[in-house]
Amino acid sequence: MMPIGLTHIILLSTALFFIGVYGFFTRRNLITILMSIELMLNSVNINFVAFNKYLYPQNIDGIFFSIFIITIAAAEAAVAIAIIINLYRSHNSIDVEEANEMKY
Amino acid sequence: MNVQEIIFYLIAAYILGTGIMAVTTNRIFRAAIWLLFSLVGIASLYFWMDLEFIAAIQIVVYVGGIVVLIIFSVFLTQKAGDEMPVALKSRTLPAAFASLFALAFTANILLHHNFGSASNVVFDPNMDKIGMAMLNTGDGGFILPFETVSMLLLAALIGCIVIAMKIKKEETQ
Repeated sequence: MMPIGLTHIILLSTALFFIGVYGFFTRRNLITILMSIELMLNSVNINFVAFNKYLYPQNIDGIFFSIFIITIAAAEAAVAIAIIINLYRSHNSIDVEEANEMKY
Repeated sequence: MNVQEIIFYLIAAYILGTGIMAVTTNRIFRAAIWLLFSLVGIASLYFWMDLEFIAAIQIVVYVGGIVVLIIFSVFLTQKAGDEMPVALKSRTLPAAFASLFALAFTANILLHHNFGSASNVVFDPNMDKIGMAMLNTGDGGFILPFETVSMLLLAALIGCIVIAMKIKKEETQ
């Protein structure tokens, strides 16, 4: 059995990413889709930090990428929730199937 | 197996189990709570990797900020105890198949890839180094992305208020 290293952590983050992809495909509610996107962003953060720690321990660039991704994820979540609340006011629903005016 | 490996497998099982519950449960409020548990698990993974600063940011921003925001929007837009309609089999089966296939494909590549070995420098991301690099204008400094992100946060703040603002009836007439 291999000692725990980069491969284990990358496998964990890959599994987490595809859990997020599964949720993104199956959900039809905007808030739950947003939750799936948060899971995917978190798996990317784990990747950056793990590559930094195990392959380039002399640098700290991966940590900075994680910090900026977390910041932008916070801004993105806030804007997405403002859009969701606006959509709920005009449609009384946040189901993606019912917001189809621009479909045809 | 030593203690560190056992702790890693426990953390991994915790993150993946709560993550799967977050995307499959039918009650939206429970999905938010499972997401919260999963994010706490990721913070504990950062603690396991000796990255206390990133773990602290993860707890403060994700657990304390984003999940609370999501729970507020759940309360604002729907009844929290309601069950969502069950996803159609014709939608879940292809999604599960596609995700599992992509996971197997990626895992296969990962397990056969040789990442090479790191240099023997000890990884020491203490707060001093992070703070110095964050505001450093010289080589390897991050002052430009830092300032750009601050402008982005300001734009997001104003944009959220503009989008979610309620326009009164008298003003529109």
